[in-house]
Amino acid sequence: MTQGDVTVDLPESLESIAQDFAALSARDRLILLLDFSDELPELPERYQGHAELLERVDECQSPLFLAVEVDGAQGAAALQDATVHLFFQAPPEAPTTRGFAGILHEGLNGLTVGEVLAVPDDAPYRFGLGDAVSPLRLRGMVAMLSRIKRQIRIRSAD
Amino acid sequence: MSVDIDDNSKFTEYAHPERVVTTDWLAGQLATGNPGRIVVIESDEDVLLYDTGHIPGAVKVDWHLDLNDPVRRDYVNGERFAQVLGERGIGRDTTVIIYGDKSNWWAAYALWVFTLFGHEDVRLLDGGRAKWIAEGREITREVPAQTGVAYPVVQRNDAPIRAFKDDVLAHLGQPMVDVRSPGEYSGELLHMPDYPQEGAMRGGHVPGARSVPWARAAAEDGTFRSRAELEAIYLTEQGLGPSDDIVAYCRIGERSSHTWFVLTHLLGFDNVRNYDGSWTEWGNAVGVPVEVGAR
Repeated sequence: MTQGDVTVDLPESLESIAQDFAALSARDRLILLLDFSDELPELPERYQGHAELLERVDECQSPLFLAVEVDGAQGAAALQDATVHLFFQAPPEAPTTRGFAGILHEGLNGLTVGEVLAVPDDAPYRFGLGDAVSPLRLRGMVAMLSRIKRQIRIRSAD
Repeated sequence: MSVDIDDNSKFTEYAHPERVVTTDWLAGQLATGNPGRIVVIESDEDVLLYDTGHIPGAVKVDWHLDLNDPVRRDYVNGERFAQVLGERGIGRDTTVIIYGDKSNWWAAYALWVFTLFGHEDVRLLDGGRAKWIAEGREITREVPAQTGVAYPVVQRNDAPIRAFKDDVLAHLGQPMVDVRSPGEYSGELLHMPDYPQEGAMRGGHVPGARSVPWARAAAEDGTFRSRAELEAIYLTEQGLGPSDDIVAYCRIGERSSHTWFVLTHLLGFDNVRNYDGSWTEWGNAVGVPVEVGAR
C-alpha cells in the first residue's frame, strides 16, 4: 500500500499467504480460497449461541460474525505487544466469506496489537483475488479487516 | 423445444410451464444419461459455493465474472456471452436448466440475462440448490470436462425486459414493484454510522412503487408458490393485471429478477421490465424523486 510514497509491508504471516496465491492461476486461487474456507476454525464453545458477543459484518454478502480478544492488556506500552485472538463464524453456504475469514485468521491470529493495527487497509487486494472472485466481493474482506482493527482499538482503550 | 417439459401438475397451472422443472425431473434426466443433452448451470451469490459441491455434471456461471462487464456497469456483450456459453458446451439450441442458492435469486438473474440475449430454452430448477441438497440428492466437487461448442454472437436486446433509469423516470405513475425488504422500502435500513457502506446515499423507494418483497412468491422450501397463491398476491391484493406495463426493482436487480420471472413466466404478464440499476443507482442519483415511509 502506498501511503504518501511509502509502501507498507504485510506482516510475514500474511505475506506468505499472498505469495502462495500469487504463484497460482486464477482458477487455482479459488481452490486455495476454498481450502481456507474448509479450514476456518469453529467458534469456541464460549461464543456458541452468544450472538450478542459477536460483531456482524454487514458488508459481507452473507452474514459473518467476528469476535476479537486481546491478551494481557495492561498499560499502554505493554498493550502494543499484547496478543490478538480472532474468532469468526460464517455458514458453509458462504464459502467465499469463510475463505476471507480463514485468510485473516491464519494471517493475523496470534500477532500483537501493534502488528495487526499496522496491517495496511488494502491488504485484501494483495492476494490476487480480484480476478478470481471480482474486486467488488473483496469489499467484504476489507470490511472484516477494518472492523477487526476497530475492535482492537476499542479493546486497547479499556 | 427439443427436450420435453416437466408436466408436473403444479407447473401446468403456470402460464409457461416449460420454464420450470422439478428436482425429480432433473434427477430423472441425469439418471437416464441425459438424452436431451441439457446443460445444468449453477449460479450463486457466492462464487465458491459451486466448488463446495454441485449437481453432477453442472457447470458454474458467476454473475460477477461471467455476466457483468468487468469495466462498465452493464452486462457482457454478445462476443463475451458467446464465449461464456460456448466454453460450457452450450449451443443456441441447448436446453439450459439453471439453479442456485438464495431461493434461486441468482439463477433467476442469470436466466433473465440469458433472455436479454434471446436464448430460447432456459428453465429454472424449482427450489434450487437448497431443495436438491435437502432431498439428499448427489452432489460432487468434480468439475466436468467441457467440450467447447460454437455459440453465435448475438447482440443483447434490452428494451423488452430491461429498464434503465430514464425509463423509470418516464414510467413514474405506472405500476412499479419494489421487491426489497420492508425496511429498505421505507428507508429505515440504510444508515450505519462509522461503517463502510456500499449502499446508497438516500433511503426510500421510487415514488408510487408498491412494496411486494420477492420472498412472498417463494414457499418455505424455496419453491415457487402455486399459481393461485401468486394470483392472490399480485392480482387480487396488488391489483396488477397481465397486460400492465410493470417495472420491478430491488438493490442491484437480482431479487427483482426473481419477481420478473414470477410475473412473466408463471403468471404470464407480457410487459414486465427489470430495472437492474435498482436502488444502488436510484438512491445515489442526483435529483430523482424519492419517497420514504411505509405505504
